[in-house]
Amino acid sequence: MMSNLTGAERTSAMLISGMGVVIGLTMAIVGRNDVMGAQGWIVLAFSAVVFFMVANALYHPEPTEDRTTSYYDDPTKVGIVLALVWAVVAMGIGVWVAAQLAWPGLRFDAAWSSFGRIRPVHTSGVIFGFGGNALIATSYHIMQRTSRARMPDQVTPWFVLLGFNLFCIIAASGYLMGVTQSKEYAEPEWYADIWLVVVWVAYFVLYIRTLARRNEPHIYVANWYYLAFILVVAVLHIVNNLAIPASLAGAKSYSAFSGVQDAMTQWWYGHNAVAFFLTSGFLGMLYYFLPKRADRPIYSYRLSILSFWGITFFYIWAGSHHLHYTALPHWVQTLGMTFSVMLLIPSWASAGNALMTLNGAWHKVRDDATLRFMMVAAVFYGLSTFEGSFMAIRPVNALSHYTDWTIGHVHAGAMGWVALITFGSIYALTPVLWHRERMYSAKAVEWHFWLALAGTVIYVFAMWNSGITQGLMWRTYTQSGTLRFSFTDTLIAMHPYYVARALGGLLFVTGACIGFWNVIMTIRHVSKQNRELDHPTSPKATEPVLPVAE
Amino acid sequence: MSVKDRDPLTGHQTTGHEWNGITELNTRVPRVVWFFILVTHLWALAVWVLLPAWPLVTTSTKGILGLDQREEVAKKVVAANSDRAVWGERIKSLSADEILGDPELFARISDTGPQLFGDNCAGCHGAQATGGPGFPNLIDGAWLWGGDTDTVMETLRVGINAPHPDTRWAQMPAFGRDGLLPRNDIRMVVDYVQSLSGVKSPADTIAAGAEIFATNCTSCHGNDGTGNPDAGAPDLSDGFWIYGGDDEAMFRTIWGGRQGWMPAWEDRLTETERKIITVYLQHVRQDTVK
Repeated sequence: MMSNLTGAERTSAMLISGMGVVIGLTMAIVGRNDVMGAQGWIVLAFSAVVFFMVANALYHPEPTEDRTTSYYDDPTKVGIVLALVWAVVAMGIGVWVAAQLAWPGLRFDAAWSSFGRIRPVHTSGVIFGFGGNALIATSYHIMQRTSRARMPDQVTPWFVLLGFNLFCIIAASGYLMGVTQSKEYAEPEWYADIWLVVVWVAYFVLYIRTLARRNEPHIYVANWYYLAFILVVAVLHIVNNLAIPASLAGAKSYSAFSGVQDAMTQWWYGHNAVAFFLTSGFLGMLYYFLPKRADRPIYSYRLSILSFWGITFFYIWAGSHHLHYTALPHWVQTLGMTFSVMLLIPSWASAGNALMTLNGAWHKVRDDATLRFMMVAAVFYGLSTFEGSFMAIRPVNALSHYTDWTIGHVHAGAMGWVALITFGSIYALTPVLWHRERMYSAKAVEWHFWLALAGTVIYVFAMWNSGITQGLMWRTYTQSGTLRFSFTDTLIAMHPYYVARALGGLLFVTGACIGFWNVIMTIRHVSKQNRELDHPTSPKATEPVLPVAE
Repeated sequence: MSVKDRDPLTGHQTTGHEWNGITELNTRVPRVVWFFILVTHLWALAVWVLLPAWPLVTTSTKGILGLDQREEVAKKVVAANSDRAVWGERIKSLSADEILGDPELFARISDTGPQLFGDNCAGCHGAQATGGPGFPNLIDGAWLWGGDTDTVMETLRVGINAPHPDTRWAQMPAFGRDGLLPRNDIRMVVDYVQSLSGVKSPADTIAAGAEIFATNCTSCHGNDGTGNPDAGAPDLSDGFWIYGGDDEAMFRTIWGGRQGWMPAWEDRLTETERKIITVYLQHVRQDTVK
């Protein structure tokens, strides 16, 4: 892999990772009286490993391959494997977190294992570790194929991929040590935030440069979605994380916002993280892998335009629906509610466009679990966007807010939509990327599909039941005009659902483990197949149809 | 595919573009999509007219319904409070026995007591009010500071060793740690105190323990060890123990001293709510004793 880098590229990779070592050492020394010091050692270790891996290959012969005749897929491969590693780890921690809620003793009385610390490890690990790596890896693949152009250089994609993973590691290890700025999905402290900005700008530039080199007259829909994802996440991340460090030698910082403005900024960020990280980027994935796998044209280009602009325009306004019935002024809540409802039709247009694309390929959906992953993902996308718009209506929110219904909603999206489309895409992509005939085991893909679906359904139903029960119990009054149930009463009522939720999560992570195993076995044991047409310069750079139903 | 190509399955035209084998149809947006876009947008428009919605320079549009969430909630709170005041005032002024004897007021107590107790007290004293190690049982009849309605109300109001200015204050010294008594003496006092509630020990240690008890403990716990509710000193002869009555637990208590803590509820619960809890506890106790 390192041998595919030129001498100059190896040198600059060593320079960059060398700088990482210096930065890590600086953090470790300056922050020695603070947890930031420990984070510095992690940065140092990570950079040093990269440095030595490159240094080891420094005097390997220069690559002889003609770059204009192929796409650059090495970082994509690593990204896919990393995504799966994060999936197994972070979903596994999710099961632990869920089990702690049912059986609090499973904390084992350590500080690092308390709910408040491992819960963000689960959420960040799944959203950023699993989702983020999958998005970066698939975007590398898709931007090159749909532009019929190779990425402009070979160092930037590695910088983005590894830099992003360094961010995830700093974040997750920080949570365990108690580092957090207490903003949901934006927990990492200022130094990690600054680092992510650097990585993210590099990602944006890389994407734009690749598109600028394209040999196609038009830019394919998937790229619009990936670009919206990269651009808006940059804006959200920068604004929400504006903060002043209490000291440059410590992890603690103070947000630039306070009170209700802080809450509004946070949920403008939080909701659009769902919109642009967990929706937009994955729609890009859907728009490439679903038509490719089904071998059908996209149902309607016009519908694509309508839903793309509808989603990007309306989502940005919807964040205030997270703050219904709070100190936030009434008018902001009304706007958030109405824009959330107007968002529904463009969202459904996307899901509908995907499902209509399958017309003429439904027999493949029946036979091919990979395509079925994508189909069910589109269905869950439709379901959870409907549920989201519904829950944004104030009187509905009065029941659902602060209950497990929200958790169920998020997981219908995260498991049913995000994870299923990602697994489907990984199964479609792996044989192409490693030039294999097929996945190692089609049966394992089937098993994964049914485990994932069963896990999601159990999880979501458990949380619907728990959330609505909880919400109703909270608002039940006695004849005397006082609350009917104490908080503990609601916990007792929720317990069976918490057990069911942990079981659902366990099924889901079992599926992810099978998927990881299957991908590794495909790489190691399935025989090679040459794909002569998978390269940029051919005017008919059409890949052969992906392996049909395995 | 070139422009004008048609998809054989649907008969729809493609856009003429192709990316890595992916093509797109130029199908027009289905009418139903436009229809529901219209519906949702009209709904939004209606909501904007009815409710506060768009920001102006220093204020916002008010909406023709004139609703504001803060005013709404303030009105509801006033109405709910005045509904509850009807019976709340009576609970505040009547004695526990009168309340328990009045079927209407008794119904209010059983309506509200369990939740007030569950949300505010059960965390320490347990869902059944039976306490646990370090937390007093509230229905065993043994009271540190006295168990009549007024006394319990006062304890609830000011707390025990709490930051409240009138708080009840009590501390048992750390006889062992602070060097007031050697280990052996503590062991003998333990034997003596246990004998008060009928636990057998050799007569000579009990006698020696009694002597040490008389010099060190009687000022709070009384000559006969029956305690003093005015000082929050527990009765040592009734067989009820907050921190445990076995050798080890009692040794620990005398060695390290004890100072329990209960929050003052004056600022967190209204007088009526505190009265409800007090009467509810009395009722639970009677129920359990029966």
